[in-house]
Amino acid sequence: MPEVLLADFQVKRLEVLNEKGEADPELLPELSDAQIWRLYELMLLARIFDERAVALQREGRIGTYPPIRGQEAAQVGSAFALTKQDWLFPSFREMGAHLTLGYPIPQLLQYWGGDERSQKVPVGLNIFPFCVAVGSQIPQAAGAALAARYRRDPVAIVTYFGDGATSKGDFHEAMNLAGVFNLPLVFICQNNQWAISIPLKGQTASASLAQKAVAYGFEGVQVDGNDVFAVYRATGQAVAKARSGAGPTFIECLTYRMADHTTADDAGRYRSGEEVAFWAARDPILRLERFLERRGLWSPQKREEAAAQAAALVDAGVAEMEALPPPAATELFDEILATLTPRQAGQRKVR
Amino acid sequence: MAQLNMVQAINQALAQEMARDDRVLLLGEDVGRDGGVFRVTEGLLERFGRERVLDTPLCESGIMGAAIGMAAYGLRPVPEIQFLGFTYSAFEQLFAHAARLRSRSRGRYSCPMVVRTPYGGGIKAPELHEESTEALFCQVPGLKVVVPSGPYVAKGLLLAALRDPDPVLFLEPTRLYRLLREEVPEEEYLVELGKARVARPGSSVTVVAWGSMLERVLKAAEGYDAEVLDLLTLNPFDSEAIIASVRKTGRLVIVHEAAKTCGLGAEIAATVAEEAILHLRAPILRVTAPDVPVPLAKLIDHYLPGVQQIRTAIDDVLQY
Ligand SMILES: Cc1ncc(C[n+]2csc(CCOP(=O)(O)OP(=O)(O)O)c2C)c(N)n1
Ligand SMILES: [Mg+2]
Repeated sequence: MPEVLLADFQVKRLEVLNEKGEADPELLPELSDAQIWRLYELMLLARIFDERAVALQREGRIGTYPPIRGQEAAQVGSAFALTKQDWLFPSFREMGAHLTLGYPIPQLLQYWGGDERSQKVPVGLNIFPFCVAVGSQIPQAAGAALAARYRRDPVAIVTYFGDGATSKGDFHEAMNLAGVFNLPLVFICQNNQWAISIPLKGQTASASLAQKAVAYGFEGVQVDGNDVFAVYRATGQAVAKARSGAGPTFIECLTYRMADHTTADDAGRYRSGEEVAFWAARDPILRLERFLERRGLWSPQKREEAAAQAAALVDAGVAEMEALPPPAATELFDEILATLTPRQAGQRKVR
Repeated sequence: MAQLNMVQAINQALAQEMARDDRVLLLGEDVGRDGGVFRVTEGLLERFGRERVLDTPLCESGIMGAAIGMAAYGLRPVPEIQFLGFTYSAFEQLFAHAARLRSRSRGRYSCPMVVRTPYGGGIKAPELHEESTEALFCQVPGLKVVVPSGPYVAKGLLLAALRDPDPVLFLEPTRLYRLLREEVPEEEYLVELGKARVARPGSSVTVVAWGSMLERVLKAAEGYDAEVLDLLTLNPFDSEAIIASVRKTGRLVIVHEAAKTCGLGAEIAATVAEEAILHLRAPILRVTAPDVPVPLAKLIDHYLPGVQQIRTAIDDVLQY
């Protein structure tokens, strides 16, 4: 008997903007100059926010913080394709997505300052709390997608996670649920190529993460994660597909964690300076600047102005965060249950 | 004798046992190249090689399950879970398999492994990095649970755990990792599992604690004629030592940083009530965290039992 070919698959990588700042006109998303400038402003805001947060940690003004440096295109570009009605199930390293959706800066800083009051997501945003237990948010997104479809809501459910998270059972269980139930779900993997000290090849023997979707029966695509247009384009398509009921998509944004894992980590112990320099030269913000310059939209002075505006927003956020009174001891008991148990109530009384 | 902190003492115990017994190997996230996020396994990859120090993908259930397979095959794996809060996705492997393999196979297979994991609060780390849910694990028959309170006992307990024929959960109090230095002998020595240690003799009240609370209890006990017992092994815990002490003092305070309800303090109190109630001259008091999730950094000091709360409880039982 001849063997029968059961599956034969291709995995594609989407690139729109090259490192020189040249865009493929066929693939360039339909965005006005003003929208492209907005993408640029948001990426700068993410960068400046991040630099400030690291500095605040060093000064002891907030706690351990996980930098997003290098992932601005992958976060801003994807979140820019969402609406506030869509639901977001983030991990803990997508502050660029939060900023893009208008999450208040003081609240982001307050979270990393160790204050759980910050986890009360503002009304009008459907964002789940930061998820520290790697990968555990992903099946929850599958549940929200089931619920959204049951309610006939034309929304997309989006979950963010890292390359490391793709090794967790929760990731695979959620991918399978999404495939089996054909869910309106977009998986956005921030493949920054490191999970603390474990490089991508210590995480998977697959040639790409995108191809994992194939095994679950739906589309997976890799995009150049430092190319904001590729990220935006792929996310826009996936979100439209989800909203129209055509099922899930897995997007692997191939990017790079330019900083330490967190402010408590020292990446110099496990990766080379050359590798970091290689990726620094592929900075997503530089690339967009080159594109904008070709269009006559960018100059060093315009960058200065945009950076100053972003810095002012961040400064105001820092001031607002630091003006908050510290939580009272009784806040330990806030929102534990709709009604505290008698014992909890008693414990609260003596605080 | 060298003055070591707990990180160094644990590292030394692992290195010595790996040198002595080629069945011992380490696996976990970041345990190799990075030497562990607390540097507990620093230098072991370089010394023992990649076959014995495995940097795994990010998969707690996989790590735990793989360790079970290795143990049943005849090795003595030491899986590290990066923080206690991340053992939760490995419960099935730990509870349904590691703890039961001997019983499920009627002794044909066993699971001699030591699950190492940082535990406890007070380091101002993110969510799930400061859990103290030790009682959950103590509820599972077939699993031993050990908590060192300083460098000296850490080394001896770990060596004893590594030679134990059954699975041991070895909880390393993060707040103590670098807080204390003690004389730690270079040569090997064992601290027997299941035995408490009198950390400070006394005759008017017994205070039982473990892990990072011990340090606070010893501070609180200053100026009192209090006997402080360092439990060291939480399951099986040394009820004989507790009862012997309570018979002498007639008063018992139990201190733990875990939430009160169904914490290990409840089990200890019930045991004393069953076996020594007529020796008690005051109600048993527990000083614990409240029944709320472990908070983030800004509230952690309101959550963890402090020296003053412990003193108040000691006063209360003394004045009863
Ligand atoms: C379940 C779980 N295991 C371990 C950790 C500790 N930890 C925090 S982040 C991280 C690496 C995550 O890598 P990845 O998913 O690639 O995300 P990245 O940090 O690169 O954004 C680890 C091991 C955790 N938070 N949760
Ligand atoms: Mg990563």
